Amino acid sequence: MLALSLQFAIACVFISLLLNAWRLIIGPETTDRILAVDTMYVNCVALIIMFGIHTQSDVYFEAAALIALLGFISTAAFCKFLLRGDIIE
Amino acid sequence: MKLFLLCFLPIIGVIIPSLVKGLGRSQIAFFTALLPAASLALLLSEMFAVFDGAVISHQIAWVSSLGLNLSLRLDGLAFLFAALILGIGLLVILYARYYLSERDNMSRFYSYLILFMAAMLGVVLSGNLIQMWFFWEMTSIASFLLISFWTHKSEARKGARLALTVTGLGGLCLLAGVILIGETVGSYELDVVLNAGDLIRASSLYPAILVLVLLGAFTKSAQFPFHFWLPHAMAAPTPVSAYLHSATMVKAGVFLLARMYPVLSGTDMWFVLVSATGLMTLLYGAYTAVFQHDLKGLLAYSTISHLGLITLLFGLNRDMAAVAAIFHIINHATFKASLFMAAGIIDHESGSRDMRKLNGLFRFMPITATLAMVAAAAMAGVPLLNGFLSKEMFFTEVLGQRTLGAISWLIPVLATVGAALSVAYSLRFIHDVFFNGEPRDLPKTPHEPPRYMRVPVEVLVAMCLLVGAFPAFTIGSLLNAASEATLNTPVPEYSLAIWHGFNIPLLMSAMAIIGGVLIYMSRKQLFRFQASFKEINASEIFDKVIYQVQRAAHATIDWIDNGSYQRSAFILSAFALVMLAIPISHISEPLDRLAHTEAQMPVIVGSILLILGSLATVLVSHKRIIALAMLSLVGLVVSIAFNFFSAPDLALTQVLVEVVAIILLLLTLYFFPQTTPRSATGPAGFARDILLASTIGAVVGTVCLLMLTYNAESVSQFYIDNAKTGGGGTNVVNVILVDFRGFDTMGEILVLGIAALGIYKLIARMRLSIRTRDAQGRLWSEDKHPMILSVVSQSLLPLALLISAYIFLRGHNLPGGGFIAGLITAVAMILQYFAHGVSWVSARHKIVYQSLIVSGLMIAVLTGLAPLIWGYPFLTSWFDYFTLPVIGKFELTSALVFDLGVFLTVVGSTMLILSNLGKLTTNQRLKVEQQ
Repeated sequence: MLALSLQFAIACVFISLLLNAWRLIIGPETTDRILAVDTMYVNCVALIIMFGIHTQSDVYFEAAALIALLGFISTAAFCKFLLRGDIIE
Repeated sequence: MKLFLLCFLPIIGVIIPSLVKGLGRSQIAFFTALLPAASLALLLSEMFAVFDGAVISHQIAWVSSLGLNLSLRLDGLAFLFAALILGIGLLVILYARYYLSERDNMSRFYSYLILFMAAMLGVVLSGNLIQMWFFWEMTSIASFLLISFWTHKSEARKGARLALTVTGLGGLCLLAGVILIGETVGSYELDVVLNAGDLIRASSLYPAILVLVLLGAFTKSAQFPFHFWLPHAMAAPTPVSAYLHSATMVKAGVFLLARMYPVLSGTDMWFVLVSATGLMTLLYGAYTAVFQHDLKGLLAYSTISHLGLITLLFGLNRDMAAVAAIFHIINHATFKASLFMAAGIIDHESGSRDMRKLNGLFRFMPITATLAMVAAAAMAGVPLLNGFLSKEMFFTEVLGQRTLGAISWLIPVLATVGAALSVAYSLRFIHDVFFNGEPRDLPKTPHEPPRYMRVPVEVLVAMCLLVGAFPAFTIGSLLNAASEATLNTPVPEYSLAIWHGFNIPLLMSAMAIIGGVLIYMSRKQLFRFQASFKEINASEIFDKVIYQVQRAAHATIDWIDNGSYQRSAFILSAFALVMLAIPISHISEPLDRLAHTEAQMPVIVGSILLILGSLATVLVSHKRIIALAMLSLVGLVVSIAFNFFSAPDLALTQVLVEVVAIILLLLTLYFFPQTTPRSATGPAGFARDILLASTIGAVVGTVCLLMLTYNAESVSQFYIDNAKTGGGGTNVVNVILVDFRGFDTMGEILVLGIAALGIYKLIARMRLSIRTRDAQGRLWSEDKHPMILSVVSQSLLPLALLISAYIFLRGHNLPGGGFIAGLITAVAMILQYFAHGVSWVSARHKIVYQSLIVSGLMIAVLTGLAPLIWGYPFLTSWFDYFTLPVIGKFELTSALVFDLGVFLTVVGSTMLILSNLGKLTTNQRLKVEQQ
C-alpha cells in the first residue's frame, strides 16, 4: 500500500514539476517565474523525502532540509532584486 | 657555515628596520647596521685565509638532480667586493641617518638599502652562475625601489623606470649568455666554468656568449651607449647615489668583467668590443661631465667615465691591465663615494646642487670643503692620492699595448685626453663650488653639517690618503688576492710604489694636469661651443620608445582579442572541439562495454526538465534576470540527480554552490544593463554558432557515454575498502577530501583564498553608478528591508548555524564536512546582509573575513605539519576512539581539525567576495544621503 501511494505521490510531484517548468518558461511576469522556481524547490523537497522513504534511508533528509532553506534564500534574493535592485545595501 | 651567515645575515636584516620603526631615528640606524656589521666581521675573519689564496666555498643542496644548489664562493675578488659593499654600506647607513629628513620614511629606506646590499653580496659571493644572475636581477629591483624612493617626484619615478628597463634588459641578455655558457661547459658552477676558458673560447657559441654577457655588464656599468640611465638615476636620494652609483650597483658590471676575465678574455673580439666601448665611454663621460651644472650630474658622468676606464683596462687583454682595473675599482669606490656624500652635504646644507649658484662655499663649510677637495684631487689623479697610482698604472698599460699595430699610439693619446678632461671637471667641482666668488640666491645659508654626517666622508678620504701614501702597506695584499682570483693565474710582478722615476706615464700625468687646467680656464668658450648643440634628453627618447612598444603590444593584443566575447568563445570552443575530437575518432569499436540501463520515469522527467531549463536559458539569455531563474532550475535538477544516484555530498555541495552563485550574479547584475541587445550576428554567423554548439554537444555527449559504459577496474573500490581503516571515516567522499587527497584540498583552499583576496582587491573602491529604476522603468520600492524578511531571516540564522555545525561534525562518517558546512554558514550570513543591510550586520559582528581566510589556511597547514613532529610524512592523519560518560563512545581525528581549516577558509572567502560586492553601493549611498 505504502509503495503504491508513494508511486502515485511521486508521479504527482513530477507532473507538478513539469507544470512549474511550464510556468517558469511562459511567465509572463518575472514574479511568476520566481514563484515557479520557488515552488520547484518545494516540490524537490517533497521528492527527496519520498525518495528517502522509498529507499528506506535517512541520508537524504539533510539534503531536503537544506534545499528548503536554500530555496527560501534564493527566492528572497530574487525578490529583493526586483524590489530594490541592490540586494545588499 | 660562516659563509652562509655572511651572505644571509643581510637578507634577514631587510626586515629589521620595519621591526624597529617605532624607535628613534638613531636607534633605527643602529639596529639596521647591526647585521651588516656582523657580516663584515665574519668577512674580515676570513681575511688572512683569502689573502693566502684560499677559495672558501659552501654548498647547500636544493634540487641536486637539476644542478640547482645554493652555492657560495669566497675568493680574493669576491672578498674585495664584499668588503666594499659592506664597508661603504655601513658608512652610507650612518650618512643616511642625517641625510633623510623627518618626512621621509626612514625604515622603508633602510629596508630597501639592506635589500640592495644583500642582493649585491649575493652577486659577488655566488658560486653558481644562475644564482649570481638571480641576485643580479634583485639588485636591479632594489635599485628601482631606491631610485624611486621619493615617489612624489616625477623624475625619480622616471629615472627608476629607465634604470630598471635598461639594466633589466641587460639582465635578460646576461641570463641568455649564462645559459649558453652552461650548455657549453656542462655546469653552472663557477669553479668549473672558470677553468673551462679554453673550451668556451674554442666553442662556436663564443661570439654569442661574449656579446650577451657583455650586454649584461655594459648596461649595468652604464657603458656607452647604455650610459644614459645613470644621470637620470641621480634623482635618487644622495646616499643611494653614494652607494649604488659609486661603489656597488654600477660596479656589478665591471665585477662581471673581472669574474669572467679568465673565461672570456684573450681574444681579438674581446679586445675590440671591450676596449673600444671602454675608451668611448671614458671620453664621452669625461667630456660631458665638464658641462654639467648639476653637482650630481657631474659626478654621474664622471662615474661613467671612470667605469669606461676600468672597462678599457679589462679590454686590453694584458694581465697587468686587469690588476690596474681592480686597483682602480677600489680607488674609484672610495673617492667617488666620498664625493657623492660631500655633494649630498652641500645640497643638504645649502639647498641647491646647481654649480651656477653654488660659489665660495669654502667660507661656510671649510672642513667639508677640504674633504671634498682631497677626494676631487684623487679623482683628478693628483700625486700622493690613490687616484694617481691607478692612473699611473693605467697609463703604463695603454702605453704597453701593441694590438692596433701602427696606430697603437692613438690609445695613449686618447687616454691622456680623457685624463685631462677628468682633471678639468675635478677642478670645476673644486673651484666652482668652494671658491669663485659668492653664493647666488641659495635657499638657505650654507653651514657645516652635523658632526656625524661628515664621519663617513672623513673615513673614505682618509682611505684615499692612506692608500695614496702607503699603497703597498695598505692595499697590497688585498689587491694581490683580488687580482689573482680575477686572473685565475699567479699575478705578474709589479710594484706599488709612488715613485717610479721620470718616465712616460709621469709625463702623461703632468700633461693631463696641465691640459685639464687649460681646459678649465677656457671653459667659457667651451660652454658656448657646447651650447650650439641640441641637448638630447634620454628620458624623452625612452618615453617615446616605450610608447611605441606599448602601441605595438596593444596592436598585437587587439589582433588576437578584439574584445568580442562571441569571438573568444568561438575560438575557445572550436579549439576544445578539435582537441576532443581527435582522440575520440581514434577509438575504434568499444571493446568491453557495460550494458545500458533501462530508462526510469524519474530520469526521463528529470532529463526533460534539464533540457527545458538549458534551452530556455539560452533562448532568454538577453533578459538576464529571467535567464538566471532558468539557470537555477538547471542547478536544482542536477542536485536532485546527484541525490537520485546516491551522491548526497555532491547534491549538498551542488545546491549550495548554486545558491551562492545566484546571489553573486544578482549582486553583479545590478551594475549591468538589464537587457542585452540581441546578438548582431547575421544568419551566417548564427548557422556557424549553432553548428559549433551542436557538434560540441554531440562530442561531449559521446565522451560521457563512453565514460559511463567503460568497463574497467575503478579506483573507487580502493577508497571504499580503506576509508574506515585508513582514514577512520565511513564517508568516503569526505575521507578522500581531508585524508587521502588532503594535499589537493589544501591547494584548493589556498587557491580559493587567493581568489577571494584578488577579487577583494579588484573591487575595492570601485566607483559604479547606482540605478534608480528597474528594467521596466519603475522606481524602486521605498521599503529597504521588508519586515517579514528581516524577522524570518533572523530566526533562520541560529537554525542554519546549528545545521552547519551538525553537518560539519558528522562529515567524516556521513554526508557533510567542512566545505559544505562552510557554505551553509556563509549563505546564512549573507541572508542577514540582504535582510538587514551592511551597517546592521557590521554593527553586530567584528569578524574580519581576511583573517578568517588566513587562520583557516594556517590551521590546515599546521595540521599537515603536525605529524612531522612524530616523524610521519606531511598530512598524515591520526584518529582514535574514546569513551566519555553520558556521550558514550566517540571518535577524535586530526582530519576534523584540517576540515575546520577548510570550513574557515570557505566561510571567509565566500563572505569576503559577497559582502564586499554588496558594500560597493553602501558607501556611495551613504555619501549621497549625507549630501
